[in-house]
Amino acid sequence: MTAGRRVSETSGTGHSGGTARRYATGNEAAAHGAIAAGCRFYAGYPITPSSEIMEGMAELLPRVGGAFIQMEDEIASISAVIGASWAGAKAMTATSGPGFSLMMEGLGYAVFTETPCVIIDVQRAGPCTGQATRVGSGDVMQSKWGMHGDVEIVALSPWSVQEMYDLTIRAFHLAERLRLPVFLLADEAVGHLHETAEFHDRFEVAQRVRSNEGTPFGSPDPAGVPPMPCFGDGANLLVTGSTHDERGYRRVEEPEAHARLVERLRRKVLDRRDELTDVERHLLDDAEVAVVAYGFTARGALAAVRELRRAGKKVGLLRLRTLWPFPEREIAALDGKVRAVFVPEMNHGQIAGEVRKWFRGELRRYGQTNGEVIAVETMRAELERMF
Amino acid sequence: MPRSLESYLRPGLKATTFCPGCGHGILLHAVIRAVHELGIDRRDLLFVSGIGCAAWIPSPHILADTLHTLHGRAVAYATGAKLANPKLQVIVVSGDGDLVSIGGNHLIHAARRGIDLTVICANNEIYGMTGGQAGPTTPGGALSATTPAGNPHPPFDLVRLVLGAGAAYVARYPVTQPRPLTDAIKRAIRTPAFAFVEVASPCPTQFGRRNRFDDVGALYDRIRNLSVSRAEAAGRSKEELRGRIVVGEWTPDDLHLAAGGPGAGGAAC
Repeated sequence: MTAGRRVSETSGTGHSGGTARRYATGNEAAAHGAIAAGCRFYAGYPITPSSEIMEGMAELLPRVGGAFIQMEDEIASISAVIGASWAGAKAMTATSGPGFSLMMEGLGYAVFTETPCVIIDVQRAGPCTGQATRVGSGDVMQSKWGMHGDVEIVALSPWSVQEMYDLTIRAFHLAERLRLPVFLLADEAVGHLHETAEFHDRFEVAQRVRSNEGTPFGSPDPAGVPPMPCFGDGANLLVTGSTHDERGYRRVEEPEAHARLVERLRRKVLDRRDELTDVERHLLDDAEVAVVAYGFTARGALAAVRELRRAGKKVGLLRLRTLWPFPEREIAALDGKVRAVFVPEMNHGQIAGEVRKWFRGELRRYGQTNGEVIAVETMRAELERMF
Repeated sequence: MPRSLESYLRPGLKATTFCPGCGHGILLHAVIRAVHELGIDRRDLLFVSGIGCAAWIPSPHILADTLHTLHGRAVAYATGAKLANPKLQVIVVSGDGDLVSIGGNHLIHAARRGIDLTVICANNEIYGMTGGQAGPTTPGGALSATTPAGNPHPPFDLVRLVLGAGAAYVARYPVTQPRPLTDAIKRAIRTPAFAFVEVASPCPTQFGRRNRFDDVGALYDRIRNLSVSRAEAAGRSKEELRGRIVVGEWTPDDLHLAAGGPGAGGAAC
């Protein structure tokens, strides 16, 4: 672990010292967070509503000796990110729904080859081209199940400009520590939100274990993270997206080799569920009804909860900052504690379905896919029907 | 391959995965000989490949860093690796279907950008690993698993394609000319910008079998007989050169020669 260092100390990005308060958009904050976390490679393709992240990286990376490239499409972008990561750089890209769809095969490659990288998906109103400038949260299930085969990934959900900064840094921390692609599932509302945020240096970012000792694709620990030598380190690496043994040799017909690899990659995430899970509890101690929300929607949900509290209704909010691995224990803990759960989201029940698996009581869900954020009044009205 | 070059092969491998008569083994030898003769530090070598028979030329055979990527994406992965660590000598070795069909967009954009990559395309005129389907380099009229009545479409002329996209150095040689091929690979590696080498490499199992080349020698004779040098080609008409493999080396100065005329081995290139 190394302490974070502010890029502004050496690059003059407009704020000096360890901390700067800035009025910025979520997308700008994400770019600053990436640089602060040590990201030194960005490859991307323009897409609304994420392009400001790419533009920020185009501006910031040269100042810190990093490399920026605009690729020919999103498939090339994730490919270049993976190549750069193996060449030793902390690497990222950002996109939105259509680009995220194009990246799926490459993301599966990153999971299978255990390549650290960060992908920010600023979600917009899908399906298809949909409404490019409008908000949505339709990529939640895609981030988990969009890749073919069984994979476990980590997805974080920011609700503010501050968290676009903080969770981008945390995404790098987890990606480097676990050798995984980590997703920041933002949405258009958070990406384009203007707020004051603190670009601080109070964080730690793990460094990958860059060592030629041991095996780069296997661990004696069934949930272990192997060391990761990089290109140029003299490790004669064999990196492949085919099923491989612990040294990287293709093992494309051995059932045992495939089962062992898939299982370790799953356990690498699932066995660390406690560490990865990040939720925030608001007014839940005596609540009869809990709202489970994430992303921008959770801001309105909290406002609705506070209004109802003033009206004497016992309601609280469980905000999910980690979407994957799904915080199932935290949901299960609501079972028997609250009478009912309400899940508002800008899709038709992608997280509500997960909540249903772990909460047996009354479940009310509200899905809205009209390209607009869910209004406080809408959520309050839905909640009032539950009392 | 001589004993002196065996140190470039990954220990423990007993045989290649290539079919009997496949040209890719000769290309493997040429690539190894080229990097050996150039004296490149092994630590700086990175081989990147996509999916298909030719992608297995470097991975796992060559004892250096190797990145065996997704189908079509080798050049994009290579771009990221080169930018993140410019010290790396990045060499892409992959097949025609991989680099030119599914990966065609990456190929032309990498050539346009001029980033220092060497791309070696083993052109066997067919999809070998998936069972002999037609590709973007399959000659017009050729039989394949997906063109049982003959390929109705003309093939790409890869030299013209990549030169037109902006490559600094382009060469084409068949595996039947291993010494000029090796020298071309060396020049491509030494080119401090985007360089491309197309290698005509026979596929007896899929292309030969379907197109009535019943013995491997006949397929090699075909490549040999179709090959004409740039100098020989200069005096011949477009019609005379249709379907021939014009071999040699080209730079952006030759772009004016490449104007007009469809088809592989067309009049200019």
